[in-house]
Amino acid sequence: MFDWRGRAAVVAVGLVLVMAAGCGSSSSKSTATTTKTTSNVNGALNVFAAASLTEAFTDEKATLAREKPDLHITYNFAGSQALVQSIQQGAPADVFASAGQSNMQTLVDAGLVEKPVTFARNTLEIAVAPGNPKHITGLADLERAGVILVLEDPSVPAGKYALQAFASAKLPAPHAKSLELDVKSTLAKLTLGEADAVVVYVSDVKAAGTKVQGVPIPAAQNLFASYPIAVVKASTHKAAAQAFVDEIATGTGQEALRARGFLPAG
Amino acid sequence: MAIAGATIATLFFAVPLLGLLWRAPWSSAWEQLTNHETLVALRLSLETSLAATALAVVFGVPLAWVQARVAYPGRRLVRALTTLPMVLPPVVGGIALFLAFGRLGLVGQYLDKVGVHLPFHVPGAIAAELFVSMPFLVLVVEAAFRSADQRLEDAARTLGASRFSVFRRVALPSIRPALVAGAVLCWARALGEFGATITFAGNLQGKTQTLPLFVYVTLERGELAAAIVPSLLLLVISVAVLVSLRDRWLSAL
Repeated sequence: MFDWRGRAAVVAVGLVLVMAAGCGSSSSKSTATTTKTTSNVNGALNVFAAASLTEAFTDEKATLAREKPDLHITYNFAGSQALVQSIQQGAPADVFASAGQSNMQTLVDAGLVEKPVTFARNTLEIAVAPGNPKHITGLADLERAGVILVLEDPSVPAGKYALQAFASAKLPAPHAKSLELDVKSTLAKLTLGEADAVVVYVSDVKAAGTKVQGVPIPAAQNLFASYPIAVVKASTHKAAAQAFVDEIATGTGQEALRARGFLPAG
Repeated sequence: MAIAGATIATLFFAVPLLGLLWRAPWSSAWEQLTNHETLVALRLSLETSLAATALAVVFGVPLAWVQARVAYPGRRLVRALTTLPMVLPPVVGGIALFLAFGRLGLVGQYLDKVGVHLPFHVPGAIAAELFVSMPFLVLVVEAAFRSADQRLEDAARTLGASRFSVFRRVALPSIRPALVAGAVLCWARALGEFGATITFAGNLQGKTQTLPLFVYVTLERGELAAAIVPSLLLLVISVAVLVSLRDRWLSAL
């Protein structure tokens, strides 16, 4: 038997355990790495970028490490809407690269970013397991019984576009088994074998390599997502932030994006 | 010094709660709590967490009794294994569940053949909650079995009762308060489960979108006010559980 202090201690430990365990996770992924040497543009940059930009921006970082070695870039990749949330809550972002104009517009309207510039476009594609075991040929097949479809939540640009694509194809709203919070988790459901088909960006299919197979969506049903990038007004490294934005919009970033399946902005 | 430390520690827990209360949309709180999406998530959370608690009792109590009463090689290993989810990041638990019970998983590939699907279905949410919450029940109940008077059980054995009969008629009644405490703690943890659920079970309204997932998704949509109200509800439940445990049941420990 405990005395009252012992009991209070047990309660306190219980409280901590339940609370700590209850908030033990987050779905936003962040990648942190830095590079160093010397050159003319200085600064440690926090770049908040849409999850679909993960591979292209990571490639670009390797290029910039050679060409602008004083730019110390740290990426935070997540769903664009989650990034908007963090920037609104005062997260220390220097640059924001968004999938879709609406998330960027939220920050423009709030006066939190400088004038954005569109640097790439992307389009949707169906992804299936290699060999296409369920014989998916288009959006209509995703509604078939026995096909486990996973999409993004409509709050995520890719999820919103997917719904629009189904509407353009004159199909009823899809019955997804799960609505993930970014394209990468959606694709993971396919690569883990849990989903038969997902709708993601062409660039995501390309990034997944041989683990998945793409099934194109006809242009008449598809749509183009544009990617705007902007310097965050609260940035304390504006010159470096602008240099990064320029590299992405008109410099070496364009090659990296093209190599990863993104389309030119114009 | 000690007082200062204690004050800082207490404030560290109290201030975030004040933050929630500070930004809570009190004037629209009732509408936020009773809108359709919140109610669907709340109902699913209650159903899945109660189911997880029931399963935890059915399987966890025998485990706790064996751990307390039967000396066998590897008992410490089993104890470590069955309390691991308390310290394992829930998202890691979710991935592990995937690799075990997913469609291509170690066991899941056979479950799939007989038509049992966990990911993207209600049982998946229950499984995720059970995985993270059962250790709480096992720990509390095992401690109670240990401190219960084993001589009563021995006496029953010498009088000819079977092992099962001893368990059901002597051991179990003697730890009832701890069983209730363990079950309530287990339920509170299951109700708050997030990481393993979103990783393993997915996110679909009415199927696997429990209240914590709803809170997170709502926040991601930029609806801070709508996220705070269900957060407060979860907070109130947690506090109520701990207050009631303190006064009535945890004394059994």
